[in-house]
Amino acid sequence: MSDVAPLSFQDLILTLHDYWGKQGCAILQPYDMEMGAGTFHTATTLRALGPEPWNAAFVQPSRRPTDGRYGENPNRLGAYYQYQVILKPSPPDLQELYLGSLHAIGIDPLLHDIRFVEDDWESPTLGAWGLGWEVWCDGMEVTQFTYFQQMGGFDCKPVSGELTYGLERLAMYIQNKDSIFDLVYNNATADRPAVTYGDIFLENERQMSSYHFEVADTDMLFDAFKKATAECESCLQHALPIPAYEQAIKASHIFNVLQARGVISVQERASYMGRVRDLAKGSCQAWMEKNGWAA
Amino acid sequence: MGSVTDFLLELRSEEIPARMQVKAKEDLARLFNDALAKAGLAAVSVETIATPRRLALIATGLPMATEAVSEETKGPKLGAPPQAMEGFLRKTGLTQDQLIERDGVYFAVVEKAGRQTADVLAEAIPAIIRAFPWPKSQRWGAASASTESLRWVRPLQDIVALLGDDVVPCEIDGIYSGAETMGHRFHHSGTIHIANAADYAAKLRDAHVLVHFSERCRIIRDGANAAAEAAGLNLVEDEGLVIENAGLTEWPVPMLGRFDPGFLAVPQEVIQLTARVNQKYFVCHDKAGKLANAFVCTANIDAHDNGAAIVAGNEKVLAARLSDAKFFWEQDLKVALDDQAKKLAQITFHEKLGSVADKVDRVANLARWLVEEGIVKGASADDAERAARLCKADLVTGMVGEFPELQGIMGGYYARAQGESDAVADAIRDHYKPVGQGDDVPTAPVTVAVSLADKLDTLAQFFAAGMPPTGSKDPFALRRAAIGFLSLLLQNDLRCSLKGMLVATGAGASFAILEEFLIDRLKVQQREAGVRHDLIDAVFSLGGEDDLVRLLARVKALQAYISTAEGANLLAAYKRAANILKGSDPVSPVLDTARDALMADPADIALLGALDIAEPQAKKALEAEQFEDAMAALATLRAPIDRFFEEVMVNDEDAAKRAFRLGLLARFRDAVSQVADFSKIEG
Repeated sequence: MSDVAPLSFQDLILTLHDYWGKQGCAILQPYDMEMGAGTFHTATTLRALGPEPWNAAFVQPSRRPTDGRYGENPNRLGAYYQYQVILKPSPPDLQELYLGSLHAIGIDPLLHDIRFVEDDWESPTLGAWGLGWEVWCDGMEVTQFTYFQQMGGFDCKPVSGELTYGLERLAMYIQNKDSIFDLVYNNATADRPAVTYGDIFLENERQMSSYHFEVADTDMLFDAFKKATAECESCLQHALPIPAYEQAIKASHIFNVLQARGVISVQERASYMGRVRDLAKGSCQAWMEKNGWAA
Repeated sequence: MGSVTDFLLELRSEEIPARMQVKAKEDLARLFNDALAKAGLAAVSVETIATPRRLALIATGLPMATEAVSEETKGPKLGAPPQAMEGFLRKTGLTQDQLIERDGVYFAVVEKAGRQTADVLAEAIPAIIRAFPWPKSQRWGAASASTESLRWVRPLQDIVALLGDDVVPCEIDGIYSGAETMGHRFHHSGTIHIANAADYAAKLRDAHVLVHFSERCRIIRDGANAAAEAAGLNLVEDEGLVIENAGLTEWPVPMLGRFDPGFLAVPQEVIQLTARVNQKYFVCHDKAGKLANAFVCTANIDAHDNGAAIVAGNEKVLAARLSDAKFFWEQDLKVALDDQAKKLAQITFHEKLGSVADKVDRVANLARWLVEEGIVKGASADDAERAARLCKADLVTGMVGEFPELQGIMGGYYARAQGESDAVADAIRDHYKPVGQGDDVPTAPVTVAVSLADKLDTLAQFFAAGMPPTGSKDPFALRRAAIGFLSLLLQNDLRCSLKGMLVATGAGASFAILEEFLIDRLKVQQREAGVRHDLIDAVFSLGGEDDLVRLLARVKALQAYISTAEGANLLAAYKRAANILKGSDPVSPVLDTARDALMADPADIALLGALDIAEPQAKKALEAEQFEDAMAALATLRAPIDRFFEEVMVNDEDAAKRAFRLGLLARFRDAVSQVADFSKIEG
C-alpha cells in the first residue's frame, strides 16, 4: 500500500478527523439515535437547508437491519460506520480536497486507480436527491460523493457537497483484509495485543441479526411506529422541528426493523416510506419556518 | 470572403457520466452550428471531443468576420398619404431624403456591417452553455444560493475559447474563458497553456489525456484482446463495454486479472453480469470456448508498479462479489422451486390483478389449454402446465433478488438442478422471450406454450382492467408483450382464432379494444418486414378474419399482387367502380334475366362472363386458403373491366341500361371485396 504501516480502524478515523478538522470542519460526534446513514444526522439533513455556511465531519454508526448476516458474511454487516463530511456551499475544489483525504490515509493515486463513476443519490425517506459519483478505488466503491440538490423536498440554496466514506471497506482495502472481522481496530502495543473489529462487533452482529430477523416483537414495533408518527406530528404542532425530526428518525428505523422481519408487503412498503417521508419533510419545513427561510 | 481560422472550445468540468458523452458531443455540434448559421457563418469542419472531464469542439476554416449585408425594406408608393410616409420613417428611423425611389416606390436601405466572428462566438458560448440539454443537471457552489444559478451536468470548472491564437473573451456565472486547461487528474499537475486549436490534442497527449474517443476505444479494444491472448484466452468482445470504459478514462490501460476457479461453479451468466454491470470488466473464454477464471479491467493510470496493486485490488473486489453470488446460488439450491413458488402469493402482480401466484395459476391453465386445443403442437400438456407453475418461482430467490436481469435464466438452472426435464427447464429459462423485436423467438413447443400464455394473460388482464397503454405511457410494457405474442404466433405458425384465445384467458367478455391494439402492433411489427399497414387494414376490416397467421398470408398475397402492374390496374378499376357506385342507389347484382333484353355492348357481355367464372373461383380459393389463386382469379377481371370502362357509358340515358351497368359494377366490386376491403388501400 505505501511505505508506512497501514492505518488501524481507529487511526483511519483519527486521520480523517485531523484532515477535515484542518479544512475548517467542526468535528462532531455521532447522533445518539439509531439511523440508516450519516445523512440522517441533523448536521446533514437540517443543516443542508438554508443559506448559512456549514462545514462539519463526523462518524455515524449506521444500522441496516436487512443487511445483517449473523456475522457469517465477510463483506456485510447489519451495523457499520460511515464517515460523513458536509461542506456548504460546496467548495470549488471539493474533489481535490477529497483526494487529499485519500492521500492522508495512505492511498497513492499513481499506484491505485481512483475513479469518479456516475451515481446519483436519492433518499426517498428524506425527500432528498443529488448528483455525484461513487468513488472507485481499484474497482471498489469507497465513497459516495454528492452535490445535494434537494432536501426534505426543498431546493438546497446553496448546494452542499456531501462525502460519505464506507469506513470498513476503506479499512479492508488499506489493511488488505478479506473479512471485515479481521480488520485491525487498534494496533498492538508492547504489552497489549491488537484488537480486531471482530473482537468488538462479531457478537453484536450475531445477536442483532437474530433479533431483527427472528425475535423483534412486530406488534410492539407497529405500535411504536404509530406512536412515533403521532409524537412527530405533535412536535410539529408545537413548532419544534428538532424533536419532530428525531421522531421521524425513530419511525424510519422501526420501519427498517419491520422490513427485516419480513412483515411489510410490497404494496405496504411504499406507503410506510411515504409516511416517513411526510414526517421528514414536515420537520424540514418547520425548520425552514423557524429560521425564517423562504422555500 | 476574407481570411479564415480555426476555433477551439473546451468546457472542462468534473466527471461527466460515461453514458452521456456521445449525445453531448452531438448536442454541442448542433448548438454550435446553429449559432454559426444564425450569424451567417459556417465552418469547413466541426469536430467534437468528449472525455470524462471535458467536452470540446474544434471548428476549422471559420471566417474572421461575417460579411456586410444591406437590408432593403419596401415603403409606401410615391404619392401615398403623408401618414403612411410618416409611419414608415418612424419605423425605419430614417428621413425621407435617405430613402431610395425605384419604380414609383420608396425603399429604406440599411447597411449592416460585418461582425467580428470573435464577437459572435463571445455571445454564442454562454448561450450554448445555458441551453445545453443534459439529461440531468445540477447547481453547485456559492452561486447556488440562487436557484437561477448556472446548471451543468457536474460543476463546470473552466472554459478554453481560442479563435486562432486569441482568447475569445466571455464569462458565464463567474467563469471566464481563457487558454489554460488541465491534464490528467493524476499524471499531470498544474495548468497547460493551449496556443490554438491545432495545438490542443498534442498538448493534452503530453499531459496523459487522449482526447479522441475513438483512440481510447481502440486502445481498450486492442489492449483487452492482447491481455487475454497473452494469457492464452479469448476475450468475450463487448463493444458496449469498450465505449463505457472509454467514457470513464482519459488514459486507458487494460489489464488482466484472475479469480478463484471455484467460482466457475456459479452459472456463467451470473459471473458475466457481475463482472460487466457492477465492475465494467470484460470476461474471457478458454480455447474450448468455456468461461475462464479471468477478467480484463481498464485502469485510468500508468501505475508505478505496472498495475500490480490495481489488479490485486480489482481481483479482491470481484472475489467479494462472486462470493456473494456463490452464497446466493448455494442457498437457492437448497429450496425446491415448488416451495419458492408458494411465496409468490406474497408478491403483488398488480393491485387490481392479484398476486403473482394468481397470475401463475392463470398462465398454467392457459398453457395447458393451448396444448390441449392443439394450438401449440408437439408439447405435453403436463409439461406445459408444470413449466408454467414454476416459471416465476425464481423471482423470490436470493440470486434474482440481487440480479433481477437474471429472471428466467436462474429459474432454468434451478429447475434442471432439481431434476426437471429439459423441456420444462428450457421453458422456464426462455419464457420471457422474445423481449422486444429482434430477440430470438422460442420454437420449443413447451416454451412456446408458456411464453404465449404468459403474454396473453398479461395483455388480456390489463386491458380487461381498463389499463391499456396511452400515448407514450406504457408502464406495464404491454406493447412489448404484444410484439412478443405476435412473434410467437407468426413464427410458429400457430393457427387459432384470436378471439378464442382471448376468451380462454377468462379476463372478460369484450376484447374489441385489445384486438384493435394487437392489429396496430401487427402493423408496427410487420413494417420492418415491408408489409404495408393499409393492406393489413384492408384484410382485417373484412371482419371474420381473426386467425392472424392466415390474415398475414392474405395480406402478403394481396401485397404481391397489387404491386404488379396488373394489380395496380385492378385497384384503380375498383376505386373507379366504387366511386361511381357511391352516388347511386343499391342495385341488384342479379342480372341473368336482364341479359338478353338489354345487353347490347360486347364489353358488358365480356365482363359479365368473366365475373361468372372469377367469382366462384376466388371464393373456392379463399376457402382453401389459396390466396395466390384467389388473386389470380381476380386478375382475370382486369382486362374485361378495363374494356368495360373504355367502351361503355355507365350512366346511359336508358334507365334500364344504367341500372344494369351499375349492377355489373357492384358485382365487380363485391367480387374483389371478398379478398380485401380495397377501399382501405392507399394509392
